[in-house]
Amino acid sequence: MSATATLTVTADARRELREFWFYFSENRGAVAGFAVVLAVVLTAVFADFIAPHSPVEQFRDHLLQPPAWQDGGSWTFPLGTDAVGRDMLSRLIHGSQYSLLIGCIVVVLSLTFGVLLGLVAGFSGRAVETVIMRVMDVILSFPSLLLALVLVAILGPSLGNAMIAVAVVILPHFVRLTRASVLAERSREYVTASRVAGAGTPRLMFSTVLPNCMAPLIVQATLSFSTAILDAAALGFLGMGAQPPTPEWGTLLADSRDLILRAWWVVTFPGLMILVTVLSINLMGDGLRDALDPRLKRS
Amino acid sequence: MLRFFLTRVGLLAPTFLGVTVVAFIFVRLIPGDPVEVMVGEMGISPERHAELLARLGLDLPLWEQYLRYLGGLFQGDLGVSIVTKQPVLHEFFTLLPATLELSFCAITAAILLGLPLGILAATRQGSAFDHTVMASSLAGYSMPIFWWGPLLIILFSGVLGWTPVSGRISLLYFFEPVTGFMLIDSLLSGEPGAFTSALGHLILPTIVLGTIPMAVIARQTRSAMLEVLGEDYVRTARAKGLPASRVIGLHALRNALIPVVTVIGLQVGVLMAGAVLTETIFSWPGIGKWMVDSIFRRDYPSVQGGLLLIAAIVMLVNLIVDLLYGLINPRIRHRN
Repeated sequence: MSATATLTVTADARRELREFWFYFSENRGAVAGFAVVLAVVLTAVFADFIAPHSPVEQFRDHLLQPPAWQDGGSWTFPLGTDAVGRDMLSRLIHGSQYSLLIGCIVVVLSLTFGVLLGLVAGFSGRAVETVIMRVMDVILSFPSLLLALVLVAILGPSLGNAMIAVAVVILPHFVRLTRASVLAERSREYVTASRVAGAGTPRLMFSTVLPNCMAPLIVQATLSFSTAILDAAALGFLGMGAQPPTPEWGTLLADSRDLILRAWWVVTFPGLMILVTVLSINLMGDGLRDALDPRLKRS
Repeated sequence: MLRFFLTRVGLLAPTFLGVTVVAFIFVRLIPGDPVEVMVGEMGISPERHAELLARLGLDLPLWEQYLRYLGGLFQGDLGVSIVTKQPVLHEFFTLLPATLELSFCAITAAILLGLPLGILAATRQGSAFDHTVMASSLAGYSMPIFWWGPLLIILFSGVLGWTPVSGRISLLYFFEPVTGFMLIDSLLSGEPGAFTSALGHLILPTIVLGTIPMAVIARQTRSAMLEVLGEDYVRTARAKGLPASRVIGLHALRNALIPVVTVIGLQVGVLMAGAVLTETIFSWPGIGKWMVDSIFRRDYPSVQGGLLLIAAIVMLVNLIVDLLYGLINPRIRHRN
């Protein structure tokens, strides 16, 4: 009995996955974005093997050496070196680890608490709901980066605190989305049926309603992933995120602020990495929305 | 309409109260003793310490401190900056015109470019032009503006030498601020070349701050137009034989603009967050840079006051947009 059930479930899942890929792959931009994101993930995982040098080793004889194709450059340092002679390429490669880590942790934090608060707001009485939603309104009243900046000032500048601050700032989006989906689903017949059959509130929340609210949450999580990378990098740029010598991309840009007109490569490459990564994730998010949102699905 | 207005304002009041609580609590959460931060390295006797605490009202219970703070707010008292010894409210409104000038130019440029691009992309759906607009607006939307600024400086100030690197006007010009808006003041001063200098200093920051709003406006305009262009009444207008320009410009655009107006209103928060970065990059003496500097100088009254005033501005603009929205669209007004 249970074996057959598992079999049907996996078959169903496989069919759903195939259907998902069918719609997702129709969007060429989304597939391209997915490919780039995959490449960044692989770079992060195998950073130690790919990077030609250590990200923190200082080659004192090669300060501010330009990229290989410019006069004075060499292929030992393909993208040049920074002000203390560290290899730019190696720092960028290791930086991908930080950006992905930031995105993952921030989204997991925000998604977990956002879904919990959203479910509670959707299922509880008016008083609790009002309190939760008003608090979210208050968070949304502040420009996100400014609020994150002040939060980090309170907690103390570090990468961990920057992640917490960004997670707080994007939390309201998840809460609002979850609550809205819950309110839409709660009055459906399958929920009533489940309640009549004797399901308690926790079961209704997590096992009956939540799976049916996942599609918009997945899309929002993808888009928040890019927001998290951007905001954390902005905090790094302002000196309130990851601290030097951490090769986080935003922090690399902060280091280069005095070199803008002297060494273009120190400025250009870290930002390019941020742009390409964020752009790819956003492209992927658009594709996910088309593939997961049944309203836009062509039948 | 009055009822709609009152409901919206009524909804805002508890949120604003929440904002004051956040601004109040935040500064008290910052580690370290405020009096010690104030006196700096010199050190202070315990009696003097207690006296200063009492003068700042910090020896009172927390709820009483909050009520005092709230009472001060309603009299326009937001405290005194630790660094400049000036009232925070005065500092804020001295610097606000610089940020307003920059934000106004940025959002104007964003609308002037984003709106037509979105409309043209929608009318040529699927064309190479459409794809280009969509791709560049997605890139603009994903732009780390703290990189975009330095990049433009490298190109236009470094390589081409067309624009200045930072500041609001060349140091050659000096005149008393009248309005606080450099473009107007430079004209009023009557000094030859002052206006051109002020304008030149505005170009790069405007581009940097306007990029994300422009991308958002172009995308929103395009999707709103596409939706409206598929409606029956547009088909009817076409069937009547009206010229395309009239169908798009009059029938479609008027209805497509409703969601676009909302999106433009929502950009105020984006502009304020962007101002923090843009003003830091270009040493633009506005409230964004002032907030960052205050945070680094541990000037807590300024951080507290700035946070509150910026949130108040964002809320006020959103309220105005909300009301405008109700004014354009009766369906919204009568729904509640």
